[in-house]
Amino acid sequence: MAKVFEKPHALSDVSMHYCPGCTHGIIHRLVAEVIDELGIEGRTIGVAPVGCSVFAYNYFECDMQEAAHGRAPAVATGIKRAVKDSIVFTYQGDGDLAAIGTAETVHAAARGENITIIFVNNAIYGMTGGQMAPTSLVGQVTQTTPYGRDTSTQGYPIRVCEMLSQVEGAAYLERVAVNNIPNIRKAKKAIKKAFQNQIDGKGFSLIEVLSICPTNWGMSPQESMKWLEENMMPVYPLGVYKDKEQGEA
Amino acid sequence: MAEKMLMKGNEAMAEAAMRAGCKLFFGYPITPQTEVAAYMAKKMPKIGGLFMQAESEVAAINMVYGAAGAGARVMTSSSSPGISLKSEGISYIAGSDLPCVIVNIVRGGPGLGGIQPAQSDYFQATKGGGHGDYHLVVLAPASVQEMVSLTAEAFDIADTYRMPVMIMGDGMLGQMMEPVEFENLPKREVPEKTWATTGTQMKRKKNIVNSLYIEPDALEKMNNERLERYELVKKNEVKVETVNAENADVVIVAYGVMARVAKTVMQMMEEKGIKVGVVRPITLWPFPTEEIAKVAESAKAFLSVEMSQGQMVEDVRLAVNGKKPVYFYGRNGGVVPSPDEICAEIEKIVGGMK
Amino acid sequence: MAKVTFNEQKCKGCGLCVSVCPKKIISFADNLNAKGFKPAQVVNMDECIGCASCAIICPDCVIEVER
Repeated sequence: MAKVFEKPHALSDVSMHYCPGCTHGIIHRLVAEVIDELGIEGRTIGVAPVGCSVFAYNYFECDMQEAAHGRAPAVATGIKRAVKDSIVFTYQGDGDLAAIGTAETVHAAARGENITIIFVNNAIYGMTGGQMAPTSLVGQVTQTTPYGRDTSTQGYPIRVCEMLSQVEGAAYLERVAVNNIPNIRKAKKAIKKAFQNQIDGKGFSLIEVLSICPTNWGMSPQESMKWLEENMMPVYPLGVYKDKEQGEA
Repeated sequence: MAEKMLMKGNEAMAEAAMRAGCKLFFGYPITPQTEVAAYMAKKMPKIGGLFMQAESEVAAINMVYGAAGAGARVMTSSSSPGISLKSEGISYIAGSDLPCVIVNIVRGGPGLGGIQPAQSDYFQATKGGGHGDYHLVVLAPASVQEMVSLTAEAFDIADTYRMPVMIMGDGMLGQMMEPVEFENLPKREVPEKTWATTGTQMKRKKNIVNSLYIEPDALEKMNNERLERYELVKKNEVKVETVNAENADVVIVAYGVMARVAKTVMQMMEEKGIKVGVVRPITLWPFPTEEIAKVAESAKAFLSVEMSQGQMVEDVRLAVNGKKPVYFYGRNGGVVPSPDEICAEIEKIVGGMK
Repeated sequence: MAKVTFNEQKCKGCGLCVSVCPKKIISFADNLNAKGFKPAQVVNMDECIGCASCAIICPDCVIEVER
């Protein structure tokens, strides 16, 4: 018998701090599998955010930097411009990327910065205990929207892929999910393409991954997968939002 | 004899940075430092370097963080309100032990303030600015030539101690044209950046650039290791110019352009038979505490002259430590104290002593 | 002929593997691991088809699959 599935080399052999059933672990592994398959670990530099995945620098075997909240795309820009043959990715949550770091995200895209962004959208701030995120759904109950997200004070969720699809510098934008096996396979394919784009010098790629937060959503992991499908997917439809190669999606 | 050129302070500083091996500059426009960025934008592409105009000061300093973490010689420049915005990033840079050079061409504050020269960012530069226990080496040039030599040295100091170095000038210095030469710039042997995130090439364990330590003991250990380096900096890097201070009736302590005014005052007072000395801190951090304490043995009084409401004067008082009276004179908001005003202040002090 | 190996010390007992196994052969052990979770396990390995679904959805890289 041959091993058909094992931990990728680029994923560190440590126990991650994530809650049981948190899909950050799946997404980390997909990124590491892609790094392995493309043979780029030695020249890859990752940038960790602030949020639940703040410790991502402990989970990848490549060189890592830890950025201030929201600033990962700026940090990645600095690295990429300093080390020309490097492969640079950021791994960011919704608060980091779409609230405090919106400017850095949009402008990295506008510059066509040749980096890869893995954007994990679970519609909540996890690390601080479940507050409203820029991507929280209308009516969603969180610690800071105890009566549900009220549009009169809290406005509407930001659809990052749709927004960035209007930015000329962005090369590739796709929204995927990790709620079941076929979607996890598709997510990996998208992440691989986003890294391949960088290798090929095609510019800014961002993969938005719909993810779950069982702890702060207050559900089991299985229920959370269902909630993602029933509530998040209608607001955040999966698909390719921009692919410069294919023309506008 | 090296060739001299007539250059603006801001441009000379940019040229010096490039000659010191700075290959990346991340900036954002703000008066009165914009010439630094404009010069970099013109010259960097010619030497295979990068000038990038970021979307904000916040982004610019975080680009500096990334590039510095990847081992590059990197620089940013701004003016007071912009430095406030950069302060978050500067704290992270200090906390991650990254070397870089930050220029602050200070303007009047607080808030949007004005665009005229000021020294009201002394506290911000020397006492922190951002959050946490940290220091920058703060260099305060007083001439265009010194802007050149200190800029070159700033990169070596940053690399030696793995810490950010700030060059603090003001709009007057930045806009002033003086003859400069770029020969014989200071140069040191600096340690190899084995900690930089340049990719493992599968030949070494990964490097991590980080300022997060969840365990209090681990964080304290990192901070204390940095403190040891700060002690080394205090021991090795203090720069100060002392003129005519022994037995002086009044010693003016002033930095940057104010020190030039102070030297004029020194001559004016000599004609009136009052002996005025000047102590000019060139490093604002580490502060020349020992030198001022030594001067306090024989000088009769001190006058801190600043373009602020009185910031450096606190460090002067600590250095003099009650041995002699310490006075303050300053104008702020972009108003520069004139020699006549300072002379009058000195006459008041001397008159009071009689 | 297939085999899955669970590194039970890494398991957080989230049960995602249980929910995706097409053969329904994954269950929780009665004992607790060092983390304090009841780890997932396969009792009747003969029925395993080596589809790796459990490993693909596992957030903690607990599972190795051989075929």
